Amino acid sequence: MYVAVKGGEAAIANAHRLLAETRRGDTAVPELSVAQIREQMALLVDRVMTEGSLHDPDLAALALKQARGDLIEAVFLVRAYRTTLPRFGASEPVETGAMTLRRRISATYKDLPGGQVLGPTFDYTHRLVDFALAAEGEAPVAAEAEPLPDAAHAPRVTDLLGNAGLIEPSAPDDGTPPADLTREPLDFPADRALRLQALARGDEGFVLALGYSTQRGYGRTHPFVGEIRVGTVAVEFVPEELGFAVPLGEIDLTECQMVNQFHGSAEVPPQFTRGYGLAFGQSERKAMAMALVDRALRAEELGEPIGAPAQDQEFVLAHCDALQATGFVEHLKLPHYVDFQAELELVLRLRAEHAARHATPQTEMKEAAE
Amino acid sequence: MHDHTPSPGESPDLAARRAVMALCGDARPEELRQALTQLGATDAPEDLRPPETGLVMTRGRIGGDGRPFNLGEATVTRAAVRLRGGETGFAYHLGRDRAKARLAATLDALWQVPHRREAVEAALAPVAARRAAERAAEARRIAATRVNFFTMARGED
Repeated sequence: MYVAVKGGEAAIANAHRLLAETRRGDTAVPELSVAQIREQMALLVDRVMTEGSLHDPDLAALALKQARGDLIEAVFLVRAYRTTLPRFGASEPVETGAMTLRRRISATYKDLPGGQVLGPTFDYTHRLVDFALAAEGEAPVAAEAEPLPDAAHAPRVTDLLGNAGLIEPSAPDDGTPPADLTREPLDFPADRALRLQALARGDEGFVLALGYSTQRGYGRTHPFVGEIRVGTVAVEFVPEELGFAVPLGEIDLTECQMVNQFHGSAEVPPQFTRGYGLAFGQSERKAMAMALVDRALRAEELGEPIGAPAQDQEFVLAHCDALQATGFVEHLKLPHYVDFQAELELVLRLRAEHAARHATPQTEMKEAAE
Repeated sequence: MHDHTPSPGESPDLAARRAVMALCGDARPEELRQALTQLGATDAPEDLRPPETGLVMTRGRIGGDGRPFNLGEATVTRAAVRLRGGETGFAYHLGRDRAKARLAATLDALWQVPHRREAVEAALAPVAARRAAERAAEARRIAATRVNFFTMARGED
């Protein structure tokens, strides 16, 4: 039980002033602008948007500045901000098949309609620290080439497999709006739509570790990266007063399609199964980890033996939110004086009783030792 | 041109209006101001709804093509205006720029005045040209990273 304390106002106010000064750091060093964070710490901004569950690059960059670069604190700020805004509604589902691609790779097919494009990637770099970046220099210039005629049409790899009947079809859209965990508390068992929402906003480190655990044998799913695509999609929204889909603009997304171990039955010939990941911005590791865990959480639906942590939806979904986790862990540092006093009195009483029970023999032994 | 493809069954008018809305969303605020100046739209429209920032829940589909799920929210700013002639204009844009939403709503209203439609589209043509150039340049940079992997022979003999 937590019992509130009061007082300390002056110290708290001064601590916040000190925080503000510390945040700024050495004033001889130029101050960071929000635009600089947005442009040059873009992957961190993407992560704050994904885990903050709010697409707004400028807001995420500002939150990072305010949070001194603390990711979860920035997520906290973004989540708090969203509670101040009215909800206009939900968008039309985005069409990732029509994404303007900045990156698209497949580990299952070399040759794909639309081709594979590496885009801006850390893959195949040597991970040697580039000391040239420590100095300011000319802005680097990317190479250019004439896009091939087929580049505009790049169907999803799962669509290619699906056309041949080699992968399970996605559950069709029956028109029911998906459950929303920001509106109703998470209830178990959670359906796949709700699980994906929770995983999408889940902590990347936690989801990554769970995905990794499935690869190491705790709920193995034999995954292949069917496709990762990164790029922009149009978002559309139907306002009630207009009754038609209004283009809201474009957002950057990363989608990962895992192609997993196959299943068959008397009715259905063997088919690959799917795991799906989707995240704001360029968030490849997150989308991959999410797809692994999504597939692991389908164990029951697919009649697989259950026993690994990544297959346990209560365990995964109740612990994947970084903000909930940090809230409960970090609340331990708040004053617990009354709580602790009660425990302390209990321990002192138990010790007194213990001492009384063992008084005579213990004293003798102590004397003997001395 | 903005790559706006009309949906099946969509009237050409609605497709054109949505294309103008998309262009306004893509535009920088100063580009919208320039467009309005060029149109000589000096009479201030009345606010039907003052610009307001809120949230739209972005949805994806499970597997990319299946049942929808809630991916996460996005900030969206909307505005609605009425011209003296009675035409009402709307704007819904990603982000938090209230002034820009109001400019876009004004352009949407002006586009609905039949004799101004062509002029509104012409005033936004520079935005379309800039975006097309940016998209083409981006496509060229991406094309340079197109990769052909070769499977190595395993050398078993």
